[in-house]
Amino acid sequence: MQTLILRTISPVLCAFMILYSVFITLRGHNDPGGGFIGGLIAASAFAIYGISHGVGAVRRAMYFHPMAIAGFGLFFGTLTGLLAYFTAEPFFTGKWAFPDVFGVTVALSTPMFFDIGVYFVVVGAITSIALALEEDHH
Amino acid sequence: METLLALLIGVYLTAAVYLMISKHTIRLILGVALLSNGVNLLIFTAGRLTADVPPIIAYGSVVPAGPVANPLPQALVLTAIVIGFSFFAFLLVLTYRAYRDLGTDDSDHMKLAEPDGVRPPQGY
Amino acid sequence: MAAGKGEITVDVTQAWVMTPVQPMDWLIVAPIVLCLGAGGILLMFRKDVRQHVRITLGGLALVVVANGALLHRVVTDGPLVMTMGRWLPPFGITFNADILGVSFALVASIVALLGALYAISDVDDIERRYGFYPFLMMMMAGVMGSFLTGDIFNLYVWFEVLLISSFGLIVLGSTHRQLDGALRYAFLNLIATTIFLITTGYLYGVFGTLNMADIARKAAEHREAGPLLTIAALYFFAFGMKAAAFPVNAWLPASYHTPKVVVSAIFAGLLTKVGVYALLRVGFTLFPPERDVFAPAFAIAGALTMVLGALGALAQNDIRRMLAFLVVSGIGLMLAGIAMSGPLGIGGAVFYALHSMVAMTAVFLLAGLMQRRNGAAHLSDAGGLYASSPLLAALALVLIFAVAGLPPFSGLWPKVMLVKAGLDIGAWWLVATILLSAFLTTLALARLFLLAFWRPAPAGFAGQASPDSRSALAGVVGLTVPLVVFGVYPEPVVQLSVSAAEWLLNPQPYVNAVFPAAQP
Repeated sequence: MQTLILRTISPVLCAFMILYSVFITLRGHNDPGGGFIGGLIAASAFAIYGISHGVGAVRRAMYFHPMAIAGFGLFFGTLTGLLAYFTAEPFFTGKWAFPDVFGVTVALSTPMFFDIGVYFVVVGAITSIALALEEDHH
Repeated sequence: METLLALLIGVYLTAAVYLMISKHTIRLILGVALLSNGVNLLIFTAGRLTADVPPIIAYGSVVPAGPVANPLPQALVLTAIVIGFSFFAFLLVLTYRAYRDLGTDDSDHMKLAEPDGVRPPQGY
Repeated sequence: MAAGKGEITVDVTQAWVMTPVQPMDWLIVAPIVLCLGAGGILLMFRKDVRQHVRITLGGLALVVVANGALLHRVVTDGPLVMTMGRWLPPFGITFNADILGVSFALVASIVALLGALYAISDVDDIERRYGFYPFLMMMMAGVMGSFLTGDIFNLYVWFEVLLISSFGLIVLGSTHRQLDGALRYAFLNLIATTIFLITTGYLYGVFGTLNMADIARKAAEHREAGPLLTIAALYFFAFGMKAAAFPVNAWLPASYHTPKVVVSAIFAGLLTKVGVYALLRVGFTLFPPERDVFAPAFAIAGALTMVLGALGALAQNDIRRMLAFLVVSGIGLMLAGIAMSGPLGIGGAVFYALHSMVAMTAVFLLAGLMQRRNGAAHLSDAGGLYASSPLLAALALVLIFAVAGLPPFSGLWPKVMLVKAGLDIGAWWLVATILLSAFLTTLALARLFLLAFWRPAPAGFAGQASPDSRSALAGVVGLTVPLVVFGVYPEPVVQLSVSAAEWLLNPQPYVNAVFPAAQP
């Protein structure tokens, strides 16, 4: 789409949407949000960028192929379940760690990393479907 | 409330079936989308409509204060939404590709996989 | 917000599994984790298509080993259970391995491994980049998950995992015919799984639980109040559609002949059997009295599926379409076994399902080998293969005998078991139908051999042959070996399937494995 307004605003809008998607994903651990909805927000950001600047620009901006991103998320999400093997607990048992980073207690947990894996799966899969649809328009 | 939702689910499913008996693939996918939404509503209702408090535990406590809504149907509906969404996305791509490549969205004219009047050899 | 360590003191014994998990218990998730992990790695390195073959073959070989170890463990020690995330069942998602599920999973992984071997020469670099191997691994994750899960909603999720990956596989190549076939496949399978989901919603409304062992435990007390007969009927319909039972079999012969040879072979071997597995699980573990009510319906549907499938095969010109009808016909036998019940009936159905996974994949791959030889995909074009390759003809003869259920190959024994079971309960008409369908199947396959092998190549057809491939041949031979071995020496599989049937008929150990406290 060649409207000037969309072309100008979309890079800024996409940057904010992706930032917001990361916020929503991390927030999802204790509040409404999470990897799926965060991934959808990021994927719609890429879709908007694709509408305004063309599919090629999105592929360049993403650097990795969307399906490779989804594959990383799948692999990463599966790995988080395996951590419980070493403590003789069932698959996907949540493990927690509370390291102090510069005086702030950071809550790290396997469910959070699993959610990050979900985020990547959704970003990759939905973006590649959206790009496949946009690619055919002309 | 349950009766109202049951009627609404009925309306959803009726509309979905009506769309799905069409021979145009675009109506088929709209029917499938409606169907999956109706089913989500059905699961939600089957989990009983209870307290309207979200099942979120407040900061600092370990159990929710007072009765909360049943979180399991919500989790099931969320899973079903995710799956339904990805199927819809895939079907959209597939239908669009089929429309572009086959030049029609009328399933009466899509006979490439099952051509009419093909017979096997009748003798040896 | 997660508070610091040690601030919260709660009694967790009511919510958590407190006994430590033995390292070997992880075998139950190993097949799924391996498939998902390998699928993820393959997607990450999607450009490096040469590595795809190695990763897939290595991953599937590990899955076969894991399933073999799991089967050994289950046969010696009884059902193996693991509940995800340490939550006590029924709160966590339970994986529950019994002989039925694990034997299906083992055979399915062997079939996938040999199919992947065939695929080396069948799938070119472009199709690999489109994701043949990742989709295959993800589909196998879905298949393994369906066989090993003990939670009905989780079963639905695995169904969808395998379905969406199979969509990716079926459109591979994107010819017009494939798009047409894929549309039919996608819509009808989606409707079947949606009915499955609707039914699961009703089931949850009645029971308030989704754990299959929990449902089996509570079914008796809900039988008076709840509409269990309706729920069971809807399940049987949904899974019957997945298994391609008459009258809801139309999607299978409409689509299975269009994709790549190896894709249709693996689909023909595995996907309908997942439906049969779900029928067995729901019919015998969850709703045995309801299954008894519907036994006549199973018998009639099975008889019609058998005969109409075989008759459909006789009317086809496309070789793979003919074989697709034979897949449908085989499903009828399994339905007949479900209708007969009893250790011999179910055992026959289980044995036939295991046999059919291997035999149907092998014969679809054989069709691929034949097409590589002379380029003919239709009976009217085929011919002269015996003169061109006696080895292929010998292989074809073995597979045709095996699929038709003739001695000395493994198709014979499940039919013997089913016939014996039928005669025991006096269902002579069902026995007669089994024998009739075997006759019609033999006829259809004999036509294939006559036309494609014995008759000289028809004049005027110049198909495009591809070079022979050793890996493709190795895949087909690898699938043929168990058909011969277990045809000559069927005792281990007979015992395995009869004990799978006995476990199904007595779900108490299955329930006790999940809820040890329920033991008297």
